[in-house]
Amino acid sequence: MKFRPAGPAALLVEVDSLAMVRALYARIERERAHGWAAGLVDVIPAARTVLLDGVADQAALAAEIRSWSIVPSPPAAGQVVEIECRYDGSDLGEVGRQWGIRPEQVAAIHSALSHEVAFCGFVPGFPYVAGLGGGREVTRRDRPRAAVPAGSVALGDEYTGIYPRASPGGWQIIGHTDAVMWDPGRDPAALLQPGDRVRFVDVTP
Amino acid sequence: MSGGSKRAIRVVRAGALTTVQDCGRPGYAHLGVPRSGALDAPAHHQANRLAGNPPGAAVLETTLTGVAVSAGSEVTVAVTGTEAAVRIDGQPSPLRKATLLRPGQVLEVRQASTGVRSYLAFSGGLDVPRVLGSASADLLSGLGPARLADGDVLQLGSPGSPECREGCALGELAAPALPGLVVHPGPRLDWLASPGLAALEDGQWTVSPQSNRVALRLQGQPVHRRRGELASEGLVSGAIQALPDGHLVLFLADHPTTGGYPVIAVVDPACLPACAQARPGSKISFRVASSRD
Repeated sequence: MKFRPAGPAALLVEVDSLAMVRALYARIERERAHGWAAGLVDVIPAARTVLLDGVADQAALAAEIRSWSIVPSPPAAGQVVEIECRYDGSDLGEVGRQWGIRPEQVAAIHSALSHEVAFCGFVPGFPYVAGLGGGREVTRRDRPRAAVPAGSVALGDEYTGIYPRASPGGWQIIGHTDAVMWDPGRDPAALLQPGDRVRFVDVTP
Repeated sequence: MSGGSKRAIRVVRAGALTTVQDCGRPGYAHLGVPRSGALDAPAHHQANRLAGNPPGAAVLETTLTGVAVSAGSEVTVAVTGTEAAVRIDGQPSPLRKATLLRPGQVLEVRQASTGVRSYLAFSGGLDVPRVLGSASADLLSGLGPARLADGDVLQLGSPGSPECREGCALGELAAPALPGLVVHPGPRLDWLASPGLAALEDGQWTVSPQSNRVALRLQGQPVHRRRGELASEGLVSGAIQALPDGHLVLFLADHPTTGGYPVIAVVDPACLPACAQARPGSKISFRVASSRD
């Protein structure tokens, strides 16, 4: 575990796997629920880091976290969210090429993998759904698209992303969903939260 | 509310970019929701204090060309932030002073003469629908109210018991000014190739016209950066990213919550108001924080 100050009031904790991010984030949230580090404003899990923003004493907080015994934790047996996906994206050919299979085989492989929301970012409700490890990582497009439609299901590196709203994007689009990823009138507004497991259901007509 | 008259203002001239801002949306970054909120927080608080509002009440934030609004009812107003001429029905009115606006009177904030952003507080605060607890317009993610357009009508809340009354005036805020921004090295200083930190301390940058509420884009001698890919990680306001081509991006309130370019240093929070008021073309240099900062 490595501690890197991010300015005078934030601490970036670096670990070596998503399983460690998961364990550390879960522990932090558990401690916060009991009033720990009350000044913390935001805690942001990511691929290999957890950022704590609103830290009064970086050294003291680092020492305390270092004293925790954190072991890599498997995906929680928590919420499973099903995302219905039409595998009709315009980059199926490119993903098939990268995976060494035919484009029409992408759906079966992608929907059979086990996926988990590693973190959210980019825009509200955009989940980085991890699940493409073990040689299924996908290289992004050389040049991003100026506009990726809302509901696009796209692959980048070890992640599947789902675009909550039309935005520019460089990921490889494999399909589309009608799931509403972000609804400010809903609580929680984001359909997917860090730690959720995701099952992509193939509903291609 | 007495008298039954609607407490509201009408936008006569929206200006280049005028938005509603308050303290933003802390606590939702793990869902990808930017912090947002007034870029020049001390000026935001000062305007509210003068108008008799709680410091975090919703105000207008202008960009370079000011704004003009007319009062639908009697309202105490205060203008803070950048130096700019203020007129009420064409007559000069002071900055940083609580002033009564009568129904039909037009308050105009003209072109910013030094910085970028003015803050206009109205007694009772702007009463617009809140998203995740905030009235702030977040230009990155589209949360919150749309930017102002000519003819818009904005409702005002009920005035509380003011700390300041009409005629109350406050001085200029004593805040660090450009060009020298205090920075804290890291978290990814190790991505900066030789000469490392010295490249930041010795260099000078110019604020690009492509700057906005998301970030200041800085033009200058590119820094030498290690090659490679960094996994996306959380960002704080004031984070300075080194792009693959060596250019620097300095993040402001509407920044994305995560990013994949290395953050080589973070601007001290006390210097963020100066960043908020940095005009395109302004010079910026960096000074590494000492134990005194």
